[in-house]
Amino acid sequence: MMEHTLISKPDFDTQTLEVSLGPQHPSTHGVFRMNVVLDGETIVKLKPVMGYLHRNHEKLAENMSYLGSMPYTDRLDYICSMTNNFAYALAVEKLAGIEVPERAQYIRIIMAELTRLVNHTLLIGFLLNDLGAFFTPVLYAFREREKILDLFEEVAGSRMMCNYFRFGGVKADLTPDFLPRVKELIQNYPRFLDEFEALLSENEILMARTQKVGVLPKELAVSASITGPMLRASGVPYDIRKVDHYSLYDRFKFRVPIGEHGDVYDRYYIRVLEMRESIKILDQAVKEIPSGDVISKVGAGFAKAPRNFKPKAGEAYGRIEAPKGELGFFVVSDGTNKPYRYHVRAPSFINLTILEDMCLGHKVPDAIIILGSIDIVLGEVDR
Amino acid sequence: MFGIGVLKGMAVTFKNFVESYYKKERLTTIEYPEKRLAEKERFRNFPFLIFDEKPEDPRCVACDICAKECPPQCITIVRAQDAQGKPLKKPATFDIDYSICMNCGVCEEVCPFDAIFMDHEFELAEYGRFEDLNYTIDRLLKPKEHFMKIRPTDATRIEAELKKKENAKKAAAEKAAAAAKAKAEAAKTQASQVPDTKPETKPNEPAQPADPPAEAK
Ligand code: SF4
Ligand code: SF4
Repeated sequence: MMEHTLISKPDFDTQTLEVSLGPQHPSTHGVFRMNVVLDGETIVKLKPVMGYLHRNHEKLAENMSYLGSMPYTDRLDYICSMTNNFAYALAVEKLAGIEVPERAQYIRIIMAELTRLVNHTLLIGFLLNDLGAFFTPVLYAFREREKILDLFEEVAGSRMMCNYFRFGGVKADLTPDFLPRVKELIQNYPRFLDEFEALLSENEILMARTQKVGVLPKELAVSASITGPMLRASGVPYDIRKVDHYSLYDRFKFRVPIGEHGDVYDRYYIRVLEMRESIKILDQAVKEIPSGDVISKVGAGFAKAPRNFKPKAGEAYGRIEAPKGELGFFVVSDGTNKPYRYHVRAPSFINLTILEDMCLGHKVPDAIIILGSIDIVLGEVDR
Repeated sequence: MFGIGVLKGMAVTFKNFVESYYKKERLTTIEYPEKRLAEKERFRNFPFLIFDEKPEDPRCVACDICAKECPPQCITIVRAQDAQGKPLKKPATFDIDYSICMNCGVCEEVCPFDAIFMDHEFELAEYGRFEDLNYTIDRLLKPKEHFMKIRPTDATRIEAELKKKENAKKAAAEKAAAAAKAKAEAAKTQASQVPDTKPETKPNEPAQPADPPAEAK
């Protein structure tokens, strides 16, 4: 890591230049500002400034019934609303001691893995946009993502703001042609990934721009609480689906891909590999899904009268492996119908804290792709 | 050799470009206002209120549950009153502010009277910012045939449930009325104590239209 001094010592006087990248910078994925100090083109200091999209999510949730914040969780990370629902439902179920029927668990896993496909596909598209490969990869990604969003609309009624999970299950059963369409998707998606990889993985320009850029060493990643694909790209095999055994994930056979160098290229490639594993999980889930209830009898009662849902006093932390990392909801109940305390552990917020360490010594365009490879969504960072 | 990867990538783009002219899975866009996709049955955008026969008699009883549960608090309900100031079981005002509504569907889920449902309407842009986006009751009310048209599966299930409930209620009312009648008769002919005809109730037959079941309570 560099000190905050000039890197080269020329024989004439130079000064550092402070530049504010954002909040309206097109490549920052939302309203996010980086205050960078530049020496020539080299970054010597970087300060992330966030909070432009702060919407008071946690305080709002403390002032409404437990069900009332479910639609708001969709709006945290608006690309993966299903997994946000999942983590929140998990936390409240833990708090209230609600059991989830098996079919509902399978539906949840199918939705979570489809969301992972959506997120990673889109991330790669946008990463390439940041690299300057304008809109060809991102539109291919959008084309495939649409197919999954159509599936979400089919079951949940909305493409992005799904609001589909309920405490004790899911809102409604799958429609009759949902599973056949997922099966079709499972068949076609690997072909799309192959094509995507033919386009990108061996592309020399991509390799030149991303390899050895933004290296995140293992130890630093662990000590900075980085989670998700970022951590695994640095070579730490940590996946909450494997270590926490939440829902029914220990019934499924899948591997956790890990990277070697922890650079931007590894972070790109690990997402491709994770998508392939997700397809494996989907394949098993679609084959094994049992029939039965989709919401537990206890949970179903609350849907009609959320105001009467009063978990006993206590606290619970529910976490899942969201596409971006560990997404956790911490809920404290004081026995009333509103949570006493409600906190979101947002993966992209915590992953963002390491930005400066990865960017120092690189050039401005590298900082843009490093930011892109972290995979942030400002709705979740600022909440 | 340097450059092979780039060429391979270009081959992919070229293939996509050519195939997008004739292959259906490569050409997924449609020209929206002229062509439209089929609507999904569960698609939800904005709620509407349902009425059975006349728009003056909405199913909504102004219980205020949906207004309390609506997460962004965009529903305003005022109960109707009769001439004496007694509250009636219907709304005088029922406003939903579309500029606040986040289309979550919670109102539909919590309504105990199946009176509010999510609509498929999505082209709701307006020129005005305030009044035009505030949906008053006359713009919200839609007949139950509309519900049946846009969401046949849900509508059939819900209507069947309602019918069952209504029938059960009617049967109960009839039973209560018959029991009261029998009691009165028994009191009248107490000396002879022969309750010769026990009035029968058929649970599944709808009562006479003159019979107001709701007033049994
Ligand atoms: S729509 Fe339903 S919940 Fe809302 S006031 Fe009317 S009856 Fe009550
Ligand atoms: S859809 Fe949601 S936000 Fe809109 S009126 Fe109903 S409860 Fe309120």
